[in-house]
Amino acid sequence: MRFTWGWLCDHFQPNAKTDATAIINLLPSIGFEVDEVIDHAGSLAPFVIARINSVKPHPNANRLQLCQVDIGKPKPIEVVCGAANAKSGLVSVFAPVGAYVPGSGITLKAAEIRGVVSQGMLCSGFELGVSADKAGIIDLPPDAPIGASYAKYAGLDDVVIDIAITPNRGDCLGVRGIARDLAAAGAGKLKPLKIKSVAGKGKSTVAWRVDLPRDQAHLCPTIAGRSFAGLKNGQSPAWMQQRLLAVGQRPISALVDITNYIMLDIGRPLHAYDADKIKGGALTVRLAKAGESIALLNEKTYTLDRDMLVIGDSHGVDDLAGIMGGIRTAISASTTSMFLEIAIFDPVSVATTGRKLNINSDARYRFERGLDATSPQWAMDYASGMVLDICGGEASAVTRAGSGVAKPTSIAYRPGRCAELTGVEVAPARQKQILADLGFAVTGATQAKAWKITCPPWRGDMLGEADVVEEIIRIHGYDTIPQYQMPPMASASASAAQNRTGGAGLTPKQKQQLVLRRGLAARGMHEAVHFTFIDAGVAKHYGSKQRGLHLANPISQDLTVMRPSLLPGLLAAAARNQARTEADIALFEMGPAYSDDTPAGQKNIAAGLRVGMTTGKEWTRSSRAIDWLDGKSDALAGLAMLGLDEAAADLKTTAPTAPPVWYHPKQCGVIKQGDTVLAYFGSLHPAAVAAADVKGTAAAFEIMLDAIPEAASKKLPPLQLSPFQPVVRDFAFVVDDTLPAASLLAVIKQAGKPLITAVRLFDVYDDSKEIGANKKSLALTVTLQPTKATLTDAEIEAVSRSIITAVEKQCNAVLRS
Amino acid sequence: MPADTIQTGRPSSPDLDELQTRILGDIAAANDPQQLESVRVACLGKKGSISLAMKSLAGLDDATRRQVGQKLNAIKQTISQALTDKHTTLANAALTTRLAGEAVDVSLPPRPLATGSIHPLTQTLESVIAIFADMGFQVAEGPDIETDYYNFTALNIPPWHPARQEHDTFYLTANNGDERKVLRTHTSPVQIRVMETTPPPIRIIAPGRTYRADHDATHSPMFHQCEGLAIGDGITMAHLKGCLIEFCRRFFDITDLPVRFRPSYFPFTEPSAEVDIGCSKKDGRLTIGAGDDWLEILGCGMVHPQVLTYCGIDAKQHQGFAFGLGLERIAMLKYGIADLRPFFESDLRWLRHYGFSPFAPPASHFGF
Repeated sequence: MRFTWGWLCDHFQPNAKTDATAIINLLPSIGFEVDEVIDHAGSLAPFVIARINSVKPHPNANRLQLCQVDIGKPKPIEVVCGAANAKSGLVSVFAPVGAYVPGSGITLKAAEIRGVVSQGMLCSGFELGVSADKAGIIDLPPDAPIGASYAKYAGLDDVVIDIAITPNRGDCLGVRGIARDLAAAGAGKLKPLKIKSVAGKGKSTVAWRVDLPRDQAHLCPTIAGRSFAGLKNGQSPAWMQQRLLAVGQRPISALVDITNYIMLDIGRPLHAYDADKIKGGALTVRLAKAGESIALLNEKTYTLDRDMLVIGDSHGVDDLAGIMGGIRTAISASTTSMFLEIAIFDPVSVATTGRKLNINSDARYRFERGLDATSPQWAMDYASGMVLDICGGEASAVTRAGSGVAKPTSIAYRPGRCAELTGVEVAPARQKQILADLGFAVTGATQAKAWKITCPPWRGDMLGEADVVEEIIRIHGYDTIPQYQMPPMASASASAAQNRTGGAGLTPKQKQQLVLRRGLAARGMHEAVHFTFIDAGVAKHYGSKQRGLHLANPISQDLTVMRPSLLPGLLAAAARNQARTEADIALFEMGPAYSDDTPAGQKNIAAGLRVGMTTGKEWTRSSRAIDWLDGKSDALAGLAMLGLDEAAADLKTTAPTAPPVWYHPKQCGVIKQGDTVLAYFGSLHPAAVAAADVKGTAAAFEIMLDAIPEAASKKLPPLQLSPFQPVVRDFAFVVDDTLPAASLLAVIKQAGKPLITAVRLFDVYDDSKEIGANKKSLALTVTLQPTKATLTDAEIEAVSRSIITAVEKQCNAVLRS
Repeated sequence: MPADTIQTGRPSSPDLDELQTRILGDIAAANDPQQLESVRVACLGKKGSISLAMKSLAGLDDATRRQVGQKLNAIKQTISQALTDKHTTLANAALTTRLAGEAVDVSLPPRPLATGSIHPLTQTLESVIAIFADMGFQVAEGPDIETDYYNFTALNIPPWHPARQEHDTFYLTANNGDERKVLRTHTSPVQIRVMETTPPPIRIIAPGRTYRADHDATHSPMFHQCEGLAIGDGITMAHLKGCLIEFCRRFFDITDLPVRFRPSYFPFTEPSAEVDIGCSKKDGRLTIGAGDDWLEILGCGMVHPQVLTYCGIDAKQHQGFAFGLGLERIAMLKYGIADLRPFFESDLRWLRHYGFSPFAPPASHFGF
């Protein structure tokens, strides 16, 4: 909402010490955020009105002229000017040397132009930054005062203030509402609104009819109208044009400008019809017929639904109630008869229709935020007086219709509620004063426990005590609210250690996930955060069923469906980085993936991706190419960070019978605890990698965070150290190359019980020339730890024997000699 | 040859002195461990000069044997010591020589260890959690895909409400006949979900992803908010003020950071406020905590009685406050990040620059 200081002062008598700056500082503290302040008076201070006394050609340039210019000083000065409209006798605007020209962003210097020194410049509206007119220098009336400030003359010295109005304050979408709040805040006094009584002669040439179903009568509680004849619709007066321009409204014609001006002045949209174009002498307030259409003032045609409130004549729809008028009955330059409509429409109906048709207008904006329900009574004469003053003519009597206006809201309010909610004791008398200044009627003794508050008709947002408290504390000042520390959170379930915070912070599971994040980063991976919507085509390849997961209104064609996996985002990031010549990429993300649109269908996943080498090329040659095992290593390390040690938590890693299609079919593993899938890992399918424009092998993992059991707080058993020497023995077995190494390890552990404390695989060898086709050799080192006595050779031999026998028997293995 | 055996029957004192002198000379002359070993064998070996001399003592009378024996023992000790010392000297010299040949170029780069990073959003979120945890808040979570009811209606934003237009909501295509769902436009629905299931007192924060259909340097279609909710006996706007001022000062680590509460409007709080922090914007450079400008950082207010009622909480009995803050915004302010878009682009150059070491979590607080 833009307004000017001068306009505000039409409604508001500021205190002696209050000026525009004070108001600008006060506005935020009563709930109006100041978006912009434009002060042309400052930027236009050097510019004065000047007359061109004479003009002669520039000696060295065809297009330039030398102007003798009277700037109100004893001696005229010479100015070089290139404007085509510069001629003797023209009154324009002069900028002296040293002036900053806001439109062109330069500071004028005394410069020689083709050999002649120009002592300043004659300016266009564009150069002053006040209009888009670049065609020539400003052309002012001959009687404009030479030497006077142009800004002052043109009314541009009024400070323009742009403030944000919150959706609850429709009453402040007019200058008067803002003035009322400022007065209540103590900055001055609200002036009474000057309304000339306009008696009106004869009946209105247009009559109201209301044709609404009984259950829809509330859509139009009240509507007023009156016709005008003998109007002259020329330009609106300069003061009105200046104000409209200052707040960003383009002046059109006197009648249109008056309706716009009143909307901005008192927040009350009007609709003006050309009365001669209304057919049948009546306008009907009704619901649209299905398929009915209207061409609106925005020059677009809309097809209407049956639930849309319209106003129409015998010819058809002429006004989309509260939103925009039709073009057929619109005011034009030649209009001499007008029918003026001032109505209250149901805000929900206006909002619903506006949203359905996607029409935004100043009128809709105000109607859907709620208008003063009594305004059709008093605003008609306010507007009529202005019409008659500016356009002449005669007004008819006022014609009214509607289902009736609801009584103003009244609220039972306890003055003590203010302190209960805000912690500030505001004296009851002060509360009463604030409410009265804002237009509320308060009944009840000042010291009474409860008051009855009747809200002003323009405050449709007021519903209960909390609203009243806000009004009081807003004007009393938020800075009077003290600061209290949060009291301790009393919680019976809190443990002793959590006493102070009442068990606050993170659950054990949330804490585990923090550990995982930092743990993965410690493993050399960079944490990424990606959009959770991705391209639908890509999503399809990651198992998206897409049921209910498509965006109805995506902002981009590659962000259309909620992601089924985090990997597409990581791959896309890898591709972007590769395109920037990053070769070795390690990224992870923790966040949601979606299998359906229910809360349970949102799964928390930790996923990681590695591409390229473990590190860049380097001199110790320890860097190596990423492969599937990096995915497994990350997955198991991640699970360990989540409290699931592979051995202790009994995790089983197998090749899934049906691996997810985005993995390499033969280089993918699944890690389970019992039947619960905790993670997938492996190298990604070359097709998926290529589809993402990623070069090379990509290793990945996905940990299903929701499947991770909460870490049980387990008590460590006391450490028992054996005083006897452990014995280490190495074995190598030749087995079928399809045998999982883990099976061999399990057999050995079983066979060596209870002496075996560790089995470690240290070599895999599959040269078919040495060990035969479809075979591999697995070499292991086994640690035997006696607890009762040092192992004898015979005992060691016996354990070795039973290991070898078990492996040979159960794994179809041969001990390699 | 180093040591002659003593041929004559009785070793005399001068002979022994001469022997010692000779052997010590041989030890001193030895240049390497092998030579030194030969000297040792020649004097202390089975047939060494000292050993033989010891044997010859057997034929002497007691007095002489005692006298010569003592002398011989002393010589043996001296020689043993000299051998040990010489051995050490030679070993040290050999080591010194070896090490001299093992010079390296210490300027070579170390063995590589890939270092990763924590996203600035995570660092920010952990700071936020730590501060609020200290004030008794627990972390709650809710779904990104919400129903219209939780995202709007239960928050006192009915379908026709003008505030809906400010939300630029993403809608999902409805399953046949089902209600059309939305991507939550704020984390406030978590308030509702928590209040529906938890009796007061309640003190939670709810960080998470939020969505609005807008994309430019200062708007991202996905961003993060952190909601806060405190319901309890006698919780007033004064607590709201105390709580959020403490948060702002601790988060930005400026103990006297100016914090301003301005009246504002949210359909789900009443009274409502926006919170600004003091800053300077001189010469296009933003400095937090200095100067006389203000920067809006969060919205808050007392929970609207209607919202409590929607959640089945008796608004006559209970009251409290709620707030919501944008995590990207406070991250950008705290860490001086100018553009929002790179947060979600995973440019490794950006992550390395603005990311955090995994070993540098925000200062740990009680309850964290």
